[in-house]
Amino acid sequence: MTEPLLVGTDLFKMYGTTPALRGSSLTIRAGEIVAVMGSSGSGKSTLLHCLAGIVRPDDGTVVYAGREISAMSDVERSALRRRDFGFVFQFGQLVPELTCVENVALPLRLDGVRRKEAERRSREWLDRLEVGDVAGKLPGQISGGQGQRVAVARALVTEPKVVFADEPTGALDSLNGEKVMQLLGQAARDTGAAVVLVTHEPRVAAYADREVVVRDGASLDLERVA
Amino acid sequence: MSIGHSFLGLLEGKPRHGYDLKRAYDERFSPGRPLHHGQVYATLSRLLKNGLVVVDGLEPGEGPERKRYAVTDAGITDVQTWLSQPEKPEPYLQSVLYTKVVLALMTGRPADEILDVQRTEHLRLMREVTRRKTGGDLAEQLICDHALFHLEADLRWLELTAARLNELAARVRP
Ligand SMILES: Nc1ncnc2c1ncn2[C@@H]1O[C@H](COP(=O)(O)OP(=O)(O)OP(=O)(O)O)[C@@H](O)[C@H]1O
Ligand SMILES: [Mg+2]
Repeated sequence: MTEPLLVGTDLFKMYGTTPALRGSSLTIRAGEIVAVMGSSGSGKSTLLHCLAGIVRPDDGTVVYAGREISAMSDVERSALRRRDFGFVFQFGQLVPELTCVENVALPLRLDGVRRKEAERRSREWLDRLEVGDVAGKLPGQISGGQGQRVAVARALVTEPKVVFADEPTGALDSLNGEKVMQLLGQAARDTGAAVVLVTHEPRVAAYADREVVVRDGASLDLERVA
Repeated sequence: MSIGHSFLGLLEGKPRHGYDLKRAYDERFSPGRPLHHGQVYATLSRLLKNGLVVVDGLEPGEGPERKRYAVTDAGITDVQTWLSQPEKPEPYLQSVLYTKVVLALMTGRPADEILDVQRTEHLRLMREVTRRKTGGDLAEQLICDHALFHLEADLRWLELTAARLNELAARVRP
């Protein structure tokens, strides 16, 4: 087995008096796709946000490539998120004023890549996700399924080490949802990215290598127990 | 699965030898689970006896595989009737899983573990079928999707039952 890439250990998180995580642990290895399942409110999104360094846990540690994320400065942490991580959410993630190709190019531009080069690479990714034809359109002019493909392209354009996907197919019908998942899985395998995939849908989770279930803020690796 | 009707349907296109019929069936309707020669033989004998096919050619050698079969008018009518009648929906009312869960609760065993183990097994199979589907052509994808939707239905039931386990326990415990 490969070395662990991202390790969350004994994570706790309270929102006011609501416990969102109660001792959740999860290990992600380079290049693997892990489905995170569990009922609504069980703490899946909170776990994903802690692992990605978006939310600071009250207790517990998140170690990425040997470095503890919560010990980093804000500047270091956002640089890490920009360079090593990619994100796909259920909806509302594309900037409405930018064209699709500009949206995909955004993470590259933020990282100092020149416009022409950034857009060239972005077009390649749009082609790979079979939405090359919407490059010049605004997010408001394309379908939900096309929008999710654009979002996947944007998450992968920097060739991140980990893609965090929270219900990436949640707003799509089953045919389009599966297509998006299949393209996401294929792209991740091609680039060697690991994927943390939160989903309610078993048929989407079936594209992962393994499954973790979150129950009442604790994550269970049923396969390891069994 | 009605092998006989499938054979008749395949013969509607053109007469075929026994081995050709088996190959066409395996390829289209049963990838990965080929028919036994015994099944092919038994099916063809029955179709012959009922006048649904006739032998219209022979190759040198022995056995039904070497004979060439053609569908009769009665055979075509038979396929037509089969296709036009709906299949009986499978009600799945006698679920082994349900029985296991209730028995576990009645005898004070951990029913949640039974559900977890089953969940893991179902998802493992779903991943396997998904891999096969991803590498397959359209026909294979549709066959796999049929399996996946059924497995998903089971999995949803497992989740729902896990969420209602305490309620169920209160009802079935003596
Ligand atoms: N920003 C927040 N402020 C207050 N409470 C929150 C916040 N985020 C999450 N919670 C609470 O924490 C718990 C876990 O929420 P979380 O969003 O992680 O669940 P989830 O498993 O992702 O659910 P869903 O499947 O519905 O998306 C819930 O009780 C939720 O109400
Ligand atoms: Mg969530």
